[in-house]
Amino acid sequence: MEDIAIVAFAQTKSYRRFPESEPALLMGLVNQVLSETGLERREIDFTIAGSCDYLSGMPFAFISNVDAFGAWPPVYESHVEMDGAWALFEGFVRLQIGDIDTCLVAGSGKSSPGRPREIFPLQGDPYYHAPLGLDPVSMAGLQAQRLLDAGKATERDFAEVVSRSRRDGLANPYAQVAADVSPDELLKAPYYASPLRKHDLPPISDGAAIVLLARGDRARALSRTPVWIRGIDHRIESHHPGLRDLTDLPGLRTSAKKLAIHSAPIDVAELCVRYSPEEVVIRDALGLGRDTRVNPSGGPLCGHPVMATGLTRVVEAARRIASGEARRAIAHAASGAALQQNLLCVLEGGA
Amino acid sequence: MERCAVVGIGQSKYSKRSAEHSIDGLVRVAALRALEDAELTFKDIDAIVIGKAPDALEGVIMPELSLADALGAVGKPIHRVHTAGSVGASTAISACTLVESGMYERVLTVCYEKQSDGNATWALGGGRSGSQGAGGSFAPWIRQYIANSGAPEHIGWKVAVKDRKNALRNPYAHLHLPDISIEKVKESPMLWDPLHFLESCPSSDGAAAMVLTNSAGARRAPRPPAWVIAHAKRTETIQFPGRDTVKPQAGVECAKALYKKAGITDPRKQIDCAELYVPFSWYEPMWLEGHLLCEEGEGWKLTDSGATELGGDFPVNMSGGVLSSNPIGASGMIRCLEAASQVRGTAGDYQVEGARIALGHAYGGGANYFAMWIVSSEPAPTF
Repeated sequence: MEDIAIVAFAQTKSYRRFPESEPALLMGLVNQVLSETGLERREIDFTIAGSCDYLSGMPFAFISNVDAFGAWPPVYESHVEMDGAWALFEGFVRLQIGDIDTCLVAGSGKSSPGRPREIFPLQGDPYYHAPLGLDPVSMAGLQAQRLLDAGKATERDFAEVVSRSRRDGLANPYAQVAADVSPDELLKAPYYASPLRKHDLPPISDGAAIVLLARGDRARALSRTPVWIRGIDHRIESHHPGLRDLTDLPGLRTSAKKLAIHSAPIDVAELCVRYSPEEVVIRDALGLGRDTRVNPSGGPLCGHPVMATGLTRVVEAARRIASGEARRAIAHAASGAALQQNLLCVLEGGA
Repeated sequence: MERCAVVGIGQSKYSKRSAEHSIDGLVRVAALRALEDAELTFKDIDAIVIGKAPDALEGVIMPELSLADALGAVGKPIHRVHTAGSVGASTAISACTLVESGMYERVLTVCYEKQSDGNATWALGGGRSGSQGAGGSFAPWIRQYIANSGAPEHIGWKVAVKDRKNALRNPYAHLHLPDISIEKVKESPMLWDPLHFLESCPSSDGAAAMVLTNSAGARRAPRPPAWVIAHAKRTETIQFPGRDTVKPQAGVECAKALYKKAGITDPRKQIDCAELYVPFSWYEPMWLEGHLLCEEGEGWKLTDSGATELGGDFPVNMSGGVLSSNPIGASGMIRCLEAASQVRGTAGDYQVEGARIALGHAYGGGANYFAMWIVSSEPAPTF
């Protein structure tokens, strides 16, 4: 395995509504990582981005995003129609080949022009699910109900996740939503999609995240605090809720085992908890103990820049390692309803 | 770096409307045929990479989620590439890098489009009425090519006839037009001057798949492998004053990087045949020039001379090309797998005799995305 490190990272605020274009969201971040590392655009060997046409209702919306990366003269780049965390996966894989040294990875999304609750049912199987209007919120509700029925969680557990996350969000300058509210207060709220209450849902944000990867000695030259990616793995579960145990994630368990996440202490875990019950499921699949700090940024419950939410977990984990606050961290990204698809990444500090 | 080879190829029959298959069924047909060709099963696959054009074409967002079960991906990595019209070739290249990285031994890659489930021209226009269609975007640049090169108008008709005649030898091709002729092409309705109806690609349903593996896997393969000896991608900003839209710089640089990686110094001589992304007839001479397969201004002469016909000295689109089958998101992958099929010697009635080196190519967006690969019957060919 080649040693690959994150040598710079950047994220936007989670905006309820960003008034400018998606390339404008990305442009500032690109400039930021270039100026931090002193790299010129032409020194980026490969660029890969993740975004989704449907959010802004424009097929080929990603084409204008390349303007933010500076595609003149022409560049070597690619695009996944997925969260930027999967762009990170492909960037990491590409650098393993060993013939190039640097890779810019982006994730971006502008959800505010559309109506996510109408758009996202189209993520379901078009023959059986989509006609029912089965959207991610309803699926999260089903997942939460399964957890309650199985005795794996209580509604108070969900409220505690929200209370802790939103309180942590107060210290996060990029957060869209943050508050100091006790679980008791939260439990007084009415149901929104039973057993979920409105606060169990994430805000929907416009936003973007970027990481700059470099290989081996190039990484050491570009950053005094490189954050090494020790492994990255992703797995998908069945699409059909009836074929899944919604309280478990066997694919994520496989990833955790393959990456040997428990071979050393995990100081921080940034988890893609879009709905509070998801934290229960993810923690259980990863076997996280009490010595791991979960979502010190507040997580997606404080800001959910769709298509960048997963990559933002990587940025937040890397930030804590680069600052010396953590030595080893894991970052988790998710796609699809009820955590159908999960990505796991192990990060470590040191020269 | 691990070497990557194609050991399995599968395609659905391309058609106007694949009524007998759901999207899941369509991708599964291609995937199972590729696995059967490689004598493998879904169990043997380590990772899956899929590709297609915009989700708006079928109205299914992030289809890797709903196709996970049909593609045997449950419990495995699956990811989805989207680089506009070039996506089929980009997806093949992405899957290839998974093998080259040494992280995955056997990768299944699948591309598809089910255009009959939606309205592509509406979707390509951003869901707005009055979309000019893809041909409307490219026609002005084609006119510019004609003005620059002084090519006679029959060149486009000739390509349209040649590719449809080739398609008659390909059982998977969508269009089988046995009575195609120059007369018919030029008398067909004018869509976007100078492009007649019969100089344009059809709207197709279909899926294409490949199984890729490393050297060890290729040695165990039951049929001859096609070795991927080089791949390249280039993108440029879509619109700015002074951009050369006839011979885009990204296409030139993509070709240069590709030939350099492959060790090719004289592409016209050293490459035996090519599957180029030609959705509109005139793009054959334009890409011959745009990818340095001949001098500027010479592409139409090559076409006119018959060199690009089956049996010519530089056959192009032996399978019938995009002009005969266009499941948009799969069209680039079909170019890549048809190139592989030629060097494996499995191209049946449209086999180029003794093909050793073949080029697969796709472009997309406003001709600002390019993805290409070169495959060979040998792991390390010398020229």
